[in-house]
Amino acid sequence: MAIAKPTIMPPDFARTPHIDQVGVEERASRFTKRSIKNESKENGLKLVLNMIDLTTLEGIDTDGKVKQLCYKAIHPHDALPDIPTVAAICVYPTMVKVAKKALGDSGVKVASVATAFPSGQAPKDIKIRDTKYAVNEGADEVDMVISRGKFHAGEYNFVFDEIAAIKEACGNARLKVILETGELGTFDKVRRASDIAMHAGADFIKTSTGKIQPAATMPVTLVMLEAIRDFYYKTGKMIGMKPAGGISKSKLALHYLVMVKEVLGEDWLTNEWFRFGASSLANDVLMQMVKLKTGQYQSANYFSVD
Amino acid sequence: MTICEICELKNNYGKNDKKSSLKVSENGLENKTSSKRLEVLKTYKIYIGGQFPRTESGRYYFPTNAAGKKLANVCLSSRKDFRDAVVKARGAVSGWSGRSAFNRSQILYRMAEMLEGRKAQFIEELILQDGTKAKAEKEVNLAIDRLIYYAGWCDKFQQLFSAVNPVATSHFNFSVPEPTGVVSIIAPQGDSLLGLVSVIAPVIAGGNTCIVLASETKPLCGVTFAEVLNSSDLPGGVVNILTGKPSELTSWFVDHMDVNATIYCEKDSETKKMIREKSATNLKRITFYDKINWTTEEGQSPYFIMDTQEIKTTWHPVENIAGAGGGY
Repeated sequence: MAIAKPTIMPPDFARTPHIDQVGVEERASRFTKRSIKNESKENGLKLVLNMIDLTTLEGIDTDGKVKQLCYKAIHPHDALPDIPTVAAICVYPTMVKVAKKALGDSGVKVASVATAFPSGQAPKDIKIRDTKYAVNEGADEVDMVISRGKFHAGEYNFVFDEIAAIKEACGNARLKVILETGELGTFDKVRRASDIAMHAGADFIKTSTGKIQPAATMPVTLVMLEAIRDFYYKTGKMIGMKPAGGISKSKLALHYLVMVKEVLGEDWLTNEWFRFGASSLANDVLMQMVKLKTGQYQSANYFSVD
Repeated sequence: MTICEICELKNNYGKNDKKSSLKVSENGLENKTSSKRLEVLKTYKIYIGGQFPRTESGRYYFPTNAAGKKLANVCLSSRKDFRDAVVKARGAVSGWSGRSAFNRSQILYRMAEMLEGRKAQFIEELILQDGTKAKAEKEVNLAIDRLIYYAGWCDKFQQLFSAVNPVATSHFNFSVPEPTGVVSIIAPQGDSLLGLVSVIAPVIAGGNTCIVLASETKPLCGVTFAEVLNSSDLPGGVVNILTGKPSELTSWFVDHMDVNATIYCEKDSETKKMIREKSATNLKRITFYDKINWTTEEGQSPYFIMDTQEIKTTWHPVENIAGAGGGY
C-alpha cells in the first residue's frame, strides 16, 4: 500500500520565520497581568485540573506508584464534589499496562513517553519498536522526543522523517512531539522545530521532557502557540499544545490559559487541544479550590501525596 | 519631613547648584551646598524568605511618634504577603529543624553579635519612637543578652524536657520535644525591639520557623532587626517579618491551615476569642503572652521554648530478659 502523500508540501524549514525575542517576552509578560475574578478563577481552576497530564517519569517508578497516581487521577480530592478528573496519566512504556488497568473506564487517558525518552539517542528502528510496544500495551497517546543533535546539525529532513515514521507507528494513538526547548537555544529554532513537527504529522507539540532546565516558560510556549496558529491558518488543521515542566502553581497555569485564549481562541481551551505536563500542579490547584470554598489558605498536609 | 519640605529642598538644591559649580579639592569633591544635602531616607521594607520585598499590595502607612513626627513610610502588609511568607517559612522548616542544636545555637549567638555591632542604630530608632536615651540603651542591651540566653538553651532544653517513662510492658519508652513547625506571631506593640526578640528567639531556638507581625505603631526596629537576621547566617525563611495592622492581619495569621502555632502578645479579649475559635480548624497550638513584662527576668525562660514544641513519645520494644532485672 502506498503511503498517502501529504496534501500540503512541507516548506523549506531553513526559511521559517524569525522570532523577535524582545517582543515575545514583552507579549508573554502581558498575559500575567490580567485580573481574574473569583468566579472565573473557580472555572479556570477546574479547567486546569482537567487539562493536567499527571506525570511520573522516574527510574524508581513502581507498579504501586503508578497505581497510586492513577487513583489520584480519578479521585483528585474527594472532599470536593463536582471536580473533574485529570486528562491523562503520563508514564514510561513499561507502566502503560498497569496504568490502563488501574484507570479502567474512568475516561482518563494513558499517555506513554517513547522513542528512547528523554535523550532520544537510539536508532530509528528501536524508537519505532518502543512506540509500537507502548501502543500495543494500550497507550492512548504517545509522547516522543525529537533528535536534537540531528536538528542542531541542520538535518531537518532526518528529524521530519523520524517524526513521520513514529506517527505511522502510533496508529490511532495521538502523537505529542517533545521539542525539548531547553536544548534548542533560540526562539528561531523553537519555531523551526515546531513547524517541522506539525508538518510531519504531530497531533500535539510539547515543550519539554521535564528533565532539562529551563523547561516550559511562557515566552517559549507563546512562540509555539503562534506556530500552531500560523499552521492552522495555512492548513485548517488544529494542533494541540502541551507545556511541560516547571508549571507547579495554579496562578501560573491560569496565565497560560489566558495566553491560549488570546493567541488561539476558545476552541483550544479543552483538554483535547491543550495540556499541562505536571506532577505537583494538581495539588496546588486543589488547594486553591478549597481556599476559594472555605476562605482558608490550605496546607499540603491535608492533600494526597502525588 | 513632609513631601512639601522635600520639594522645597529639591528646588533650593537645584538653584544653588546652578550658582555654585562643584569644586574639586584635594580630598575629592567639595560641594558648597553640602549643608543643604538631601538626606537619603531608608526605605523600610518587609522581610520574606531572606529577601526584602515591598508589600505586594503596594500600600503603606506612616506611623508617627508622640510629637507628631512621621517615622517613615512603612509597608502595610496584606494577607498575600502573609501567605507568601508562610510558603517560605514552610520551606525552611526541614532545613532549620534538621540542623544540629549546636549550630542553631551558633547562629543565635551570631545574631547577638550583629545586633551588638548595630546598637547605635537601634538606640536612635528607639529614641525616635518616643524612648529616652537611657531606656533605649537598656532595651537594646537586654535584647542582645536575650539572644545570648536562648543561644545557650538551643542544645540544652531538649535533654532537660525529655524523659524516659516507666511503662508496664517490655518497651523502652521515651518522650522528646520536637518543633511544631511554622509559628505565626503577633509581636508586642510596646517594647518594639525587646518584645520582638523575646518572642522570636525561643521559637527559632526550638527549631521552628516563624512569621512575625512587628509592632504597628513602632515598626522601625522590627525592620532593622530583619537586616540583622539577614547578616547572621540565619537561613532565609526561618524568620519572616511583616509590618502592618494587627486588626487586618491577625485573623489570617490564625486561619492559615499551614500554620502550626500562633502567639499573640496583646490583651484584647475580642481578638483572643477570635484566635481561640479560628485556631480550632487545624488544632493550632495557641499561646497568649499578654501579662509578661519583657524587661524583667520573667521575660526569659526555657518554658517559652516549650510553648512551641510537641512531645513525641516512642515505644521501642525491648526483649524481656528473664532474671536480668533490667527494664525501665
